Amino acid sequence: MSAAAPVRVFVPRETAAVSLGADEVAAAVAVQAGGQPLTLVRNGSRGASWLEPLVEVEVDGQRLAYGPVAPEDVHGLFAAGFLEGGAHRLALGPTEEIPYLARQQRWTFARSGRIDPLSIDDYRAHGGLEGLERAFALGPAGVLEQLRISGLRGRGGAGFPTAIKWQTVADAASDVKYVACNADEGDSGTFSDRLLMEGDPFALIEGMAIAGFTTGAQKGYVYLRSEYPLARQVFGKALDIAREHGWLGRDIAGTGFDFDIELHIGAGSYVCGEETSMLESLEGRAGLVRYRPPLPAIAGLFGRPTVVNNVITLASTPEILVRGGAAYAALGTGRSRGTLPFQLAGNIRRGGLVELPFGLTLRELIEDFGGGTYSGRPIRAVQVGGPLGAYFPEHLLDTPLDYEAFAAQAGLIGHGGVVVFDDTVDMAAQARFAMAFCAVESCGKCTPCRIGSVRGVEVIDRIIAGEKRAANLALLEELCDTMVDGSLCAMGGMTPFPVRSVLRHFRTDFERDSAVQKPGTAARPSPATAGARIAREPDARSAPEPAGAREGRQGSVEGAGP
Amino acid sequence: MPTRYDPEIGAEIIASFGARPEMLVQILRGICDRYSFISDAALRQVAEALNLSRADVHGVVSFYHDFRTAPPGRKVVKICQAESCQAMGGRELTAHAEQALGIALHETTADGEVTLEPVYCLGNCACSPAVMIDERVHGRVDAAKLDRLLGRGAA
Repeated sequence: MSAAAPVRVFVPRETAAVSLGADEVAAAVAVQAGGQPLTLVRNGSRGASWLEPLVEVEVDGQRLAYGPVAPEDVHGLFAAGFLEGGAHRLALGPTEEIPYLARQQRWTFARSGRIDPLSIDDYRAHGGLEGLERAFALGPAGVLEQLRISGLRGRGGAGFPTAIKWQTVADAASDVKYVACNADEGDSGTFSDRLLMEGDPFALIEGMAIAGFTTGAQKGYVYLRSEYPLARQVFGKALDIAREHGWLGRDIAGTGFDFDIELHIGAGSYVCGEETSMLESLEGRAGLVRYRPPLPAIAGLFGRPTVVNNVITLASTPEILVRGGAAYAALGTGRSRGTLPFQLAGNIRRGGLVELPFGLTLRELIEDFGGGTYSGRPIRAVQVGGPLGAYFPEHLLDTPLDYEAFAAQAGLIGHGGVVVFDDTVDMAAQARFAMAFCAVESCGKCTPCRIGSVRGVEVIDRIIAGEKRAANLALLEELCDTMVDGSLCAMGGMTPFPVRSVLRHFRTDFERDSAVQKPGTAARPSPATAGARIAREPDARSAPEPAGAREGRQGSVEGAGP
Repeated sequence: MPTRYDPEIGAEIIASFGARPEMLVQILRGICDRYSFISDAALRQVAEALNLSRADVHGVVSFYHDFRTAPPGRKVVKICQAESCQAMGGRELTAHAEQALGIALHETTADGEVTLEPVYCLGNCACSPAVMIDERVHGRVDAAKLDRLLGRGAA
């Protein structure tokens, strides 16, 4: 029987893999197969982005990996007999034994890359929908109890206890309630929402249905950013399939529970990832943040009680119900329980998604999994938690990945993105960018953010130019205070985090004069900093300025000025 | 992509969202997906269909980066400007693109071929620098790869 079954070959249809040629690889596999019986599965990604496109073949029930595969490698793979697991220079052995994957503890990402993301049978065969069935059996109170025990906190960045949020919505008296999923994953260095929605979209649908069932909401919204066209396609299709199979719609599984999900696509605004701004956008307006209170859990979407959660928070709930809140809580450290899908990005050798319990150190993550920098040069700074996160210097890399430990160092874990920079980075340019980005993306409702960010760019430019440096550094500190204390939301309120981290840990980059060069850049003018350095040292002799570099950089700020 | 706005298609897009005012962002999204920009005719039609003032609709259009009010070039090239790509030479890649095309970000080449835009994260951060050309994301893009993608320079 098995002899007749066609061999299954997996080629990811996931943004990172496709960005490196996976579609062309898939096409080449189809061509090379000729008449041979072969089933091509377009799976999601396992998360080892550095090995993409990672092609797998199923031999005797075991998945064998080859990667990274370029389209021109496909002919050689067939010649080497890879359909039977033949030896080849790209052979990586059994996928599950690749150390990068084997050493992870997958909860939320247990299925991504293993299954056909759009096969509900595959989903069920790998434990899918067991969480929702468990929720039906436990009832809303039982689900809330398991969530409370699990210690799950919001994975979007704020880390608010999920059980308390859901309890608040469940307790709110209203005949209409909503679940609003935040898939506006705008932080640089993060891609876990995308990976999940492309690789295991039913998990999000299931998590949202659990949230609806638990809190009494009958309608869910997913707010997905427009920069993720593939996630939009895959998730949109998954919604259709879930409806066809009766997992969305009326009377789900004969329980009398009605629930459906509407997919909304964003329009390129970073601030719409802030929960109240997202609600405004879902209501069809400009994404101006709302005053709080009232909390969205009391008066959220269309003024109704609303669960607002990130993709990962929602998608983590089914597995927590299946394995039990206590098993989840057994992992982690301090008040950071369970696992977090960390994302390794920037100048990193082995970038990708690493799901592990909280508590390992940043260094372990970057070195043991990431393998150090892509450039091979020493690490100088690591930004954790997106554009509002602090830059950590080398000596803070032993900080354990735990919400409170990071907060104690004036940093944040946020959505779990880790962006590594080597020693060619100009940290003054990074501080400037934090303010410039805030100027571009501020919703404009509150003055400290709207004006403060523009003034921040100007002050930093003066410091870099050496104008009244001490006075302007003091002014920058004061401006940071004003933004932190006076902004309505995290956009203006946390933009000072990366700026202050540069003031604290990399101050020399603000104070550098032509005579003083930090090690690493003195010998070799780095392309990464040449433009910025010249911008502030008009008489610099080291390197020609790339044409358009200044215009481009300044244009991005001016173009967005209020 | 069609450039001449067809009010009948506009009406279809509006109707597909039930002409609900709370779907304004999605309706504008739909028009942009079809026409790549929001023309004045489209703006007027949407305002009327949703019983909103043109100022209301303009306010929403101008808030979101994606909603252009003029047609872009035949190819839209978005280069990521965010931190992960900065760490891998995104600034230099942007400078290279500007130099090669002779335009700055937010501009279109004189022949109407390419529009260059900044984007803040494509979620391809493990394979930085990232570039999106007409909805397709490319990873590990250096100057040579970008030239190839743009069909310029030696292949």
